[in-house]
Amino acid sequence: MNTQAQPQAGHHDDAMLNTNYLKAGSGWKSWAFTLDHKRIGIMYLVFVLAAFLTGGIFALLVRTELASQGHTIVSGPTYNKLFTLHGAIMVFLFIIPSVPASLGNFILPMQLGARDVAFPKINLLSFYIYLVGATFALVSIGYGSVDTGWTFYTPYSLHDPEAATKVLYMTAAVFVLGFSSILTGLNFLVTIHTLRAPGLTWTRLPLFIWGMYATSIMQVLATPVLAITLLMLIFERVFGLGIFDPKLGGDPILFQHFFWFYSHPAVYIMIVPGMAIVSELIATFSRRVIFGYFAVAMSSLALALVGFLVWAHHMFTSGMSEYANMLFSALTFLVAIPSGVKVFNWTATLYKGSISFAPPMLYALAFLFLFTIGGLTGLFLGTLNVDIHLHDTYFVVAHFHYVMMGGTVIGFIGGILYWWPKITGKMYNFTSASVGAWLTFIGFNVTFLSQFVMGSRGMPRRYYDYLPEFEQLHRVSTLGSYILAVGLFTTAGTLIQSLARGRAAGRNPWGSVALEWQTQTPPVFQNFEETPIVTRGPYDYHLATDEELREDLYAVDPAK
Amino acid sequence: MQMPVALSAYATDVDKSYYIIYWLSVVLFIGIIGAATYFCLAYKRKAGVRAEPTGHNNILELSWTVAPVFILAYLFWIGWKGYVDMSIVPPNAIEVRGRAFQWGWDFEYPNGAHTPDLKAPVGKPVKLILSSNDVLHAFFIPQLRIKRDTVPGMYVSLWFEADKEGDADIFCAEYCGGKGEGTAAIGHWAMISKVHILSVADYDKFILEGGGAKPGESVPDWGKRLYVEKNCAGCHSLDGAVGAGPSWKGIFGRTGVMTAGPDIVADENYIRESILEPQAHIVKGFGPVMPSFKGILQDKEIDAIISFMKTLK
Repeated sequence: MNTQAQPQAGHHDDAMLNTNYLKAGSGWKSWAFTLDHKRIGIMYLVFVLAAFLTGGIFALLVRTELASQGHTIVSGPTYNKLFTLHGAIMVFLFIIPSVPASLGNFILPMQLGARDVAFPKINLLSFYIYLVGATFALVSIGYGSVDTGWTFYTPYSLHDPEAATKVLYMTAAVFVLGFSSILTGLNFLVTIHTLRAPGLTWTRLPLFIWGMYATSIMQVLATPVLAITLLMLIFERVFGLGIFDPKLGGDPILFQHFFWFYSHPAVYIMIVPGMAIVSELIATFSRRVIFGYFAVAMSSLALALVGFLVWAHHMFTSGMSEYANMLFSALTFLVAIPSGVKVFNWTATLYKGSISFAPPMLYALAFLFLFTIGGLTGLFLGTLNVDIHLHDTYFVVAHFHYVMMGGTVIGFIGGILYWWPKITGKMYNFTSASVGAWLTFIGFNVTFLSQFVMGSRGMPRRYYDYLPEFEQLHRVSTLGSYILAVGLFTTAGTLIQSLARGRAAGRNPWGSVALEWQTQTPPVFQNFEETPIVTRGPYDYHLATDEELREDLYAVDPAK
Repeated sequence: MQMPVALSAYATDVDKSYYIIYWLSVVLFIGIIGAATYFCLAYKRKAGVRAEPTGHNNILELSWTVAPVFILAYLFWIGWKGYVDMSIVPPNAIEVRGRAFQWGWDFEYPNGAHTPDLKAPVGKPVKLILSSNDVLHAFFIPQLRIKRDTVPGMYVSLWFEADKEGDADIFCAEYCGGKGEGTAAIGHWAMISKVHILSVADYDKFILEGGGAKPGESVPDWGKRLYVEKNCAGCHSLDGAVGAGPSWKGIFGRTGVMTAGPDIVADENYIRESILEPQAHIVKGFGPVMPSFKGILQDKEIDAIISFMKTLK
């Protein structure tokens, strides 16, 4: 190989470049200062999963408190902090970075046939910015924590000087985390544009890449608005500028506009990556090109675009003008079209496929089921007169959990199980992974279906205590959350067990024709020993030989 | 997913929209998941059988992109139409002024009476002019399907016309915090009140009798009733137990140590100030948590509360 063609290799020699990336360098420094997108992806994965565990524990505490009327385990003000922490940690520390920063970092360059992302140093920088942001959040929690809800609505968040200081720490954390998100998005956009392998045309891009592309656009364009909003909040608090606080002549509804101008696109920053993973899973485990590939790819971009135009549907009861409500209700319904297109195309892909029910596919099918409910219940909330009744009730809580947890998180776990053998080189136990999937699915539905019922009957959200007629449904929901937790711990246990004692995985366990499965397991430091030349699409199973479709679940033991 | 009892024609109208979407969703859900389940069973992987290459079907793709547009336009239309009905207040509506505060409601009627729960006549439109004294709240009556955020520094309004007598719950639907410890804790979740839909005769009687002491009620007894109705009881005990605020036991004439400045004797003036401007002088050991009752308690009512306090030895 011509050494001049790879100046970026620096001090690495050829042997190093073609070593298993997990063995290319050892000691903590080889991780802390790594520029390898795969190792950065793994470090992100560890931290976002830690955030998921933390946010999940808060969720269980919230559900336990609600298991019976009145005081169960904590006092009212403590409950307010618990649900705030659950929301803030899940949104800002877990779900926004989850798929792009961990799996995206690991898989995106491999799917492109690239050696790394376009800016490896910026990639490491964005990881450390994430850690700084997370530290601010921990400081705020250590200080006694905020109780404003993850939305920080004014004037409550500015109301009491003592609490406002803690709010400042938490908003500073979110402000810093935003930069991490922007840098990752920017890095991916440049990588997708400039580092595609020869032959990897835009029409051959995996749908995971299309999803990451749409997500990155939103991260780069929407996140600055959040930063500006939080900065204004900080200025108002520190310098007494009247922006949002009516006592100082500000407008509290303005805060809601600014906040949702970011946080609504953020909903798509969360769900589009989940959809992107599901497209990969359904193609791989049905062995078919995704039906309507072009429509599915473009629907991600359509969601990215429409996602910017619907923020005020969070504010139908806020006191906005009737005409603004009319406009935002109409625009909100537009979201249903690209979402529907995806669901219809995924379903059609199953038709005449060759469907395997390996654990990752169980998650893809669970996603289809749960996201369909999440999407259809969105129709209730887009319809103005119905939304007025359902707004800020448990119906909304259930709706967004079906989309965020039933969609994104289920897709994320499916993606982890799918790429796990490639990432770690280990295969896990299918039986316990499937049991975990079923328990998660059942527990999730028990938890949140009951909340739809409570919401339509008028149970308001963020209530520490409630009227007696809601107690039974709250109990059902709490029970569901425990089943859900058992399912998630089973899955975690399955993966930890595979790390410790799992058999070595083969190169291409699922018999996939996608590019990332064609290299070694685990991949070499530079991903592919030679730059791959792409001659067909990532889902062209009909062009593959039987040999290529063979499932190498386990590596061949050289001793035999 | 059943809606609660509907107490007005408007609520019945909302329910119509709700059930249209509900049944549409059920049909779509069964269609999509039914198809997916069938495909999963019919095309389970079998040795030697390969997937059929994905074809194109432009008509199918176009139809499932375009057909939803009509359904969505229809849903938008029924939602907007219903919402317009709720937004246009009939000109002959009775006006009631509602104030939200941390953590309770105060309703003021045309005759000057104030109540913590809402009274309304059956079969007549009632317009509520709402505001907030402190942070965001939201006025929500599930049985009437109405909800509106109350915003400090701004009036908002909504209206309803109940067609049945009876009681319904009023909730706060916009998170507004909480304070205190243990059983003395109070917050967003406790902003639950009632709307009493009365017969026109009963409502007229209520308006005629007005605010103030009930017939035969002594002034201290009226103060005691206000203590419960205005939710003083949430933070101030009568038995000496410390809550979010000082106990009222023996409070009148007591000398209090303040967080700042000289000690103050709790006389009529101090108590009046503490009710209207609670943050002005705070007794040591307590936080600045009490909301102002300016505009909520009338002079006569404050006097009644003070005379009730004088009985608490």
